[in-house]
Amino acid sequence: MVKKNVILKAGCFVLLIIALAVPYISPSPYFIQVISMSFIFAIAVYGLNLIEGYMGQLSLVQAGFFGIGAYMSGLLTLKLKMSFWLALPITSLATTFLALLIGLISFRTRGHYFVILTLCIGVVINLVIEKWEGLTGGVGGVIGIPKPSPLGPLSFDTIDKQYYLILAFLLLTIYVMYRIINSLVGRTFISIRNSEELAATLGINVMYNKLLAFGVSAFFTGMAGALYAAFIRFIGPDISSPILTFEFLLYLLVGGQATIAGPLVGTLLISGLTESLQFLKEYRLILFGALLVLIVKFFPWGIVGFVQLLTARNCKILTGKEGVSS
Amino acid sequence: MDLFVQQLVNGLTLGSIYCLVALGLTLIYGIMEVPNFAHGHLYMIGAYVTLFSMTLYGLNYWLSSILAGIVLGIVGVLMERIVFHPLRHAPSSNKFIAAIGAMMFLEALARVLWGSDFRSMPAVYDQVVLIGGIRVTEQRIIVIVSAILLMLALNLFLKKTIIGSSIEATAQNREGAGQVGIDVNSVAMITFGIASFLAAVAAALAGPIFLVFPSMGALIIMKAFVIIVVGGMGSIPGAILGGYILGVTESMGATYVSTDYKDIVAFLVLILILAVKPTGLFAEGKR
Repeated sequence: MVKKNVILKAGCFVLLIIALAVPYISPSPYFIQVISMSFIFAIAVYGLNLIEGYMGQLSLVQAGFFGIGAYMSGLLTLKLKMSFWLALPITSLATTFLALLIGLISFRTRGHYFVILTLCIGVVINLVIEKWEGLTGGVGGVIGIPKPSPLGPLSFDTIDKQYYLILAFLLLTIYVMYRIINSLVGRTFISIRNSEELAATLGINVMYNKLLAFGVSAFFTGMAGALYAAFIRFIGPDISSPILTFEFLLYLLVGGQATIAGPLVGTLLISGLTESLQFLKEYRLILFGALLVLIVKFFPWGIVGFVQLLTARNCKILTGKEGVSS
Repeated sequence: MDLFVQQLVNGLTLGSIYCLVALGLTLIYGIMEVPNFAHGHLYMIGAYVTLFSMTLYGLNYWLSSILAGIVLGIVGVLMERIVFHPLRHAPSSNKFIAAIGAMMFLEALARVLWGSDFRSMPAVYDQVVLIGGIRVTEQRIIVIVSAILLMLALNLFLKKTIIGSSIEATAQNREGAGQVGIDVNSVAMITFGIASFLAAVAAALAGPIFLVFPSMGALIIMKAFVIIVVGGMGSIPGAILGGYILGVTESMGATYVSTDYKDIVAFLVLILILAVKPTGLFAEGKR
């Protein structure tokens, strides 16, 4: 057990070194851009992981939060000339607040009703962003969003520096998620996922915990949206479309839901693959669709879950993951 | 007043299409408890099959519609076998995810095979008829009448034939149906077949009025979900009533409120209803 921990820690350390070295070893700026984009999406997928993986609530409004985060932060920094460092927390908190409102309605429903309701809310957000031309520029989107403003002595004018900025936010997200999952709150989430009735019988306030998970999930998803806006610097209504939610879902399932490494592994693998294999662009959704079906059938725990299962079998111990997901 | 009646007819046309799609969805949900996300994309493929049998093979409109129904019926059965049957014991969110996968697959397939362009189906019956001072195209009358005939036929099939009764029995109680010797597996396949047939015919009926494009299924499937949630998941009268209500509401909303936001109406209605009554309007007991 101790030995395993040491290996894990060493592994994490090596990965961190590699992540820090990416700008130095990367063959081209384009490569850094691809990795940065994957990191931004990974942050959003961590949000989905909390609510779907650990809480068992398949929320399909996630891209709506991402879109709201991107539009709000983009418009605040572009139109109101607000500093990125002020817009980011405002955006994240506003998204959280919205999620709490949505949660109050949608957590009254269960199962399929919840999924359909959140999807419909996602569609409404997408349609409002697309149709509200006065504010969002409609289909044309918002162009010329400023780069993140300097923070004290740190400036973010080059792609390398932006990469480190995004990496810092990703690490923050992973750290917060790790702490949540390994706390009593995280255990509570998992207990609700495994059996809502049982958790309620034990005196757990199901509604409160669901709202909490949903709020945290939206916080990070909105934050990812804000980072996206500042990094890509133009946004269109596409980024709030349910199709993006489905892609998040794919990243999560490939990587492994209800695992800490899953969202990062899945996002890097799939979005990295599609970005680098441009010729696949046209066919990628065909592949992804088939992949989703195959994954839920044969690997419901994704890559990371599969590896965990293998190591657990070898070591005859169960690592962090419990039970069958959702 | 004329405008009102005109919009009522338009609403009923739209409602007829919604009914047929929602009926299939609710049938499948009743039997399999699968929220079949890909149902709208079967509708889309149905539209393309009709379009191509008319333009490429020169079949007439009615033959093309029936051909589309049969082809999609087969596709539906295949989908049940390949995607949903293996997952019948899986947790419900896995089925949902598999359905999303099937949906992405079908849409991307349509894009690759036929391109993303909007196409219009040749309108055969586009003459305008005057009924009591209202101008209606023949196609709209065909849509409304065919939908009613199809729904009557479906009702007769469910009530008067043995297969129909088995479908109803399975929807009421899957285990019970198995116990009295109903082959639940074939019932599931037949249900998927019928539902997909209905979706394809609905698309063939709607084709000459609306445009045909790869993502046409995405919006209609969500509206169909709204309908069956409002009407009670698995309930057939609920799906029919809900379909007409939504069609008319949208048509009126587009005329009297705003064309831009007409698609939002359906979803706002759903959010409102579920906010007040989390189990849907006509839900029979708790799921």
